[in-house]
Amino acid sequence: MAAFEASRKSDTSIFNSLAFRGVVYQVLLAVGVVLLGWYLYYNTNANLERQGIATGFDFLGERAGFSIGESLIPFDSANSYGRALVVGIFNTLYVAAFGIVLATILGVFMGIARVSTNWLISKLASGYVEVCRNVPVVLHVIFWASVIRMLPPPREALSPFAGFFITNRGVIYPIPVESPVYPWVGAALVAGIVLATLFARWASRRREQTGQYVPSFLPGLGIVLGLPLLTWLAGGAPIDWSVPALRGFNFQGGASLTPEFVGLLVGITIYTGAFIAEIVRAGIQSVPHGQIEAARAVGLRPGLVMRLVILPQALRVIVPPTTSQYLSLTKNSSLGVLIGYPDLVNVGNTTLNQTGQALEAIAIMMTVYLMISLTISLFMNVYNRLVAIRER
Amino acid sequence: MLARTGEDSPPIERTAFVQKSSEPPPIEKIGALRWMRQNLFSSPFNSALSLVTIGLVVYWGVGFIKWGILDAVWYTPDHEVCRAAAGACWAVIAEKHRPMLFGVYPYAEHWRLIIALVVYLSTVTATLTPYCWKRSILIPLWTVSLAVTGVMLWGGVFGLTYVDSAQWGGLPLTMVLFTGTVVIGFPIAILLALGRRSQLPAVKAVSVTLIESMRGVPLITILFVAVNVFPLFLPEGLEIDKMLRVVVGMAIFFACYQAEVIRGGLQAIPRGQYEAAEALGLGYWRMMVKIILPQALRICLPGIVNHIIAALKNTSFVLIIGLFDILTATTAVMQDPLWRRFFVEAYLFVAAVYFIFCFALSKYSQRVELWLNEGRRF
Repeated sequence: MAAFEASRKSDTSIFNSLAFRGVVYQVLLAVGVVLLGWYLYYNTNANLERQGIATGFDFLGERAGFSIGESLIPFDSANSYGRALVVGIFNTLYVAAFGIVLATILGVFMGIARVSTNWLISKLASGYVEVCRNVPVVLHVIFWASVIRMLPPPREALSPFAGFFITNRGVIYPIPVESPVYPWVGAALVAGIVLATLFARWASRRREQTGQYVPSFLPGLGIVLGLPLLTWLAGGAPIDWSVPALRGFNFQGGASLTPEFVGLLVGITIYTGAFIAEIVRAGIQSVPHGQIEAARAVGLRPGLVMRLVILPQALRVIVPPTTSQYLSLTKNSSLGVLIGYPDLVNVGNTTLNQTGQALEAIAIMMTVYLMISLTISLFMNVYNRLVAIRER
Repeated sequence: MLARTGEDSPPIERTAFVQKSSEPPPIEKIGALRWMRQNLFSSPFNSALSLVTIGLVVYWGVGFIKWGILDAVWYTPDHEVCRAAAGACWAVIAEKHRPMLFGVYPYAEHWRLIIALVVYLSTVTATLTPYCWKRSILIPLWTVSLAVTGVMLWGGVFGLTYVDSAQWGGLPLTMVLFTGTVVIGFPIAILLALGRRSQLPAVKAVSVTLIESMRGVPLITILFVAVNVFPLFLPEGLEIDKMLRVVVGMAIFFACYQAEVIRGGLQAIPRGQYEAAEALGLGYWRMMVKIILPQALRICLPGIVNHIIAALKNTSFVLIIGLFDILTATTAVMQDPLWRRFFVEAYLFVAAVYFIFCFALSKYSQRVELWLNEGRRF
């Protein structure tokens, strides 16, 4: 009896309680993390003091003293490091935004081509996917940057369309001459998109309530395109274009994309496009064939089968992995540092080398990328919630 | 009256039932014309598309063959010959393959790298064949092969000259970085995945913070930390080899992505498996190692291989911090003014090296999936 009591006692000992052990483990972990943090902090402080490096973000206000090749906001070498980093952030966002749009177009196109019934098209698309996916993005970027550097100089520029030139100084294309009308056209475009969205919502609500079908796609397109057109006509229809023309050794007029920008953009677009193509293919193939047959059987036209039956189901599969591709494209845009595109990492790296403030410069880069990543995932999560299954 | 059988009715033939081997379904005989009608010209739109594509493929294909094979220069030590030729200059690879493949490793010692590569690659190949999936084979195999590879790379014993890891380069360095990343990263990934699924809030918080912050930043910044910031973290006098720092940085980065894949696998294991393991009295670690992880890793195998392939491709990021992997070495070689205009051929060669390894890995993973799913369809 005594032995039984003893064994019971040891069974219910506090060390056998899962809850108690959980608390112990967590306290140990927390203490470990804090100690590690303190140890690193202590060492860092000691090292910085020994090397005579001041800590803090005061260097952001100092004169940068370097110039940046391309910038969306005015910048020269007299400006501060802080402003240089902002230029870098804008450049990162600029190339990432272009890259996301182009990679999506390329990926969707190639993904659809891969499931095509046309043997040749599907084989070509899968060749593209396999080759580009299995080669590092670093190599893509360096390769395309080198290709652009080897293009002919402006005097012998390649010109696929009139007024559009590809040279080793970048891509030069015509733009409309600035006129006070254009901001209004832009505003009209935004207003058109908003109006068309509202109209489509109203139309679908009306169809759900009354069963009456109100066409919304073509009228919507009309609103989106017509409103800016009307504004443009009302503004006196300015038709002057600034067409690039060769003067001496370089082009005058038009607008241009720098070779670094084009190299980086082409590299990350082709690489990410291959991944998006795979995602799109998997999404389309995830829709059971019975769904398509059923949709045809109830008499939907092919376009409507795609819009009402295949796409809504495929998007559910496509959106989450595409989000992570967008994120990785944005992060891969940091490869601009390799080919001289002044993105955040490039500017941050220059700052780091000039000021020696490694900790601060890298902390700024990481924080900015984290914030960009979180923002993109937030938007895509909202979109994902819109296309996700609505279970009743 | 009794039916009389036996005398005047014929004897019953007793033949055993012989099962014929089953035959495959008849193959539909498709002629070339019929195949083309089905796969290339099934509708007017498809026909137009096919014709345009065939035109482009032939046009570009002929151009490529002329450039890459017919007009190409295969071997010459003289760059002027390449300059004069209309086609590709594969001679650049013949001329520069040593620095491209082996980087700044002492030229006279390159044979050691070849031995190391052969030993390493055959070990990996052996590991990937199911015949060798036994502890009695794998453990000695890897011990010997890592020892040989290490001796060949470092030297310093058996009369081999010592070569510092700062001088390693080319394909062997790529392999070292890749192996280090995966070997160090995978256990961390499993721990992080378990941590993220843990019911202890502190463990979960630490895992989530590490995973999400690593996944939110580019690999470049991690490498910058490993190279520029990490030395500041160490007490005075203590230094860790740059390559080791880089490998650990890449391993943690790899682990955070891999952890999310493994977490997906863990989530797919039905609750009943956990409960059954607990009911048997297994503790946490035994439950995980014996019951949950084997099933979870099998489920998420495709994702795991994807990230292993990504780890191989990501080794090329060391170009930014000046470790001489195969891509950095090639880029450096292509600074040679005599040969720099033939960079397309050189980069195509490097791309082919990466492609062969990555493509083989992905094809292999598809086959493993088939093996694992034999007898179970879920």
